[in-house]
Amino acid sequence: MSSLSAFNTIGPIMVGPSSSHTAGAVRIGNLAREIVGNDIKEVKVYFHGSFKETYQGHGTDKALIGGLIGFSTENELIKKSFEIAKEKGIKFEFKAIDLDNVHPNTLKLELTDINNEQTTIVASSVGGGSVVVTKLNNIKVELKGDYYTLITRHQDQPGMVAKISNVLQNYDLNIAKMKVLREKKGSLATAIIDLDQKIEDDILDLIEKIPQVKSTKLVNPIE
Amino acid sequence: MYDFNTVSELINLAEKKQISIAEVVINREEELTEKSKVEIKGRMKENLKVMREAIKKGLTEDITSMSGLTGGDAKLVETVRKNGEAITGNIVSQAISRALAVSEVNASMGKIVAVPTAGSCGILPGALLTIADDNNVEFDRIIEALFVASGIGIIISEQASVAGASGGCQAECGSASSMTAGAITYLLGGSNEQIANAVAISLKNILGLVCDPVAGLVEVPCIKRNAMGASNALTAAEMALAGVESIIPADEVIVAMKKVGDSLPNELKETSLGGLATTPTGCKIKEKLSDNS
Repeated sequence: MSSLSAFNTIGPIMVGPSSSHTAGAVRIGNLAREIVGNDIKEVKVYFHGSFKETYQGHGTDKALIGGLIGFSTENELIKKSFEIAKEKGIKFEFKAIDLDNVHPNTLKLELTDINNEQTTIVASSVGGGSVVVTKLNNIKVELKGDYYTLITRHQDQPGMVAKISNVLQNYDLNIAKMKVLREKKGSLATAIIDLDQKIEDDILDLIEKIPQVKSTKLVNPIE
Repeated sequence: MYDFNTVSELINLAEKKQISIAEVVINREEELTEKSKVEIKGRMKENLKVMREAIKKGLTEDITSMSGLTGGDAKLVETVRKNGEAITGNIVSQAISRALAVSEVNASMGKIVAVPTAGSCGILPGALLTIADDNNVEFDRIIEALFVASGIGIIISEQASVAGASGGCQAECGSASSMTAGAITYLLGGSNEQIANAVAISLKNILGLVCDPVAGLVEVPCIKRNAMGASNALTAAEMALAGVESIIPADEVIVAMKKVGDSLPNELKETSLGGLATTPTGCKIKEKLSDNS
């Protein structure tokens, strides 16, 4: 059966004017918020390609800030997101950028959270409101916000994937999808593991205790 | 299993199970999402509510798009209609003003339901709800008609595309018009064959329409094309309900739409590199807007 829902063709409910340039930007903001995991105090936004050309007319800028505040794609307050962000003391600015070989609807975010932690994200809006984060802190990733995602950075050596998936298996956590990326052989590799269920902190601790695992990150799904 | 990929499969399934097309679409959704019928219908009711609110907003409030290019046209048409001066009669005029209203709300960052996309969001509410109101159609039947529209949208998405970037405006406003024509025919008690004819006729009429938005925005010519899509849906439903048949069957029209979309050059598929976007005025508007940014 086709996986298209009746509500893909009548729906979603959203603020206009564009599913890719408005709803998609809201969802990039939502996903960035999940990735950071803390309230954001400052963001620099760099628009590339079609985003750069049309962001004002599509309200891409307002949509993105609305998404970072936590508004869903149908929240009519998105139109006033600049004022609301300012009231919350969030600083933001928009700049143009040329990123090589990326989707035309791509943007880069430099985020600072309330603990002064920095996060850099490159994300694209790929149509119909679907989005994908392609870089996280300069590491290649593929995050779509459709699963509970575990990201691990670990030594690129045999058996690592099995060690991590063993822990997940022991706690009945089902892997829906998994992707392993690396810059070059033997360096640090990144595993992006999409799970059907939420992973609890104690299980995450066990994965972090695997000696070759350098760091882990959990990202919750977005609407 | 309530699976269908073509209009004829959808109709065959309804006839085999002796249920309506709307019920087939609802049953399919139930299988796909494992949610209850009450929940599924509730979600569609929410969509209908948002459509009604967008119409009201567009016809009563002062609307200006984010770029400042568009807004206020729905009210102009509505004023003429209310004065009894509409040259196309009350129904067509109201479908036009409501389609414009919803599209203008969309361009102003207001809340709409994408049908099937945001760019074509005015067509179905404009035409379907005008006919529903004029005929005092009961609420549950309107919800059923929306599922009929959804089913047609699913088929077109599967067999062709509903994105301007891949198929041109025929894929967005064409699909919306086709979904609407089928839904109106269902709403007024048309047979399954008549629904298929309405789908086919409406899509045939928009075949080849390019997607050429000025300055890349969902405004010019998108908003007015929503009014066209609504009146085209009425034209097709009128013919189908009168017994006019489409010589080319709906499923073949949908495949033809896909092939036409594939043959369209990229310049005419939402890139703003051709058509109205590159007219002298279109270029001037683009320049002016980028100077402001």
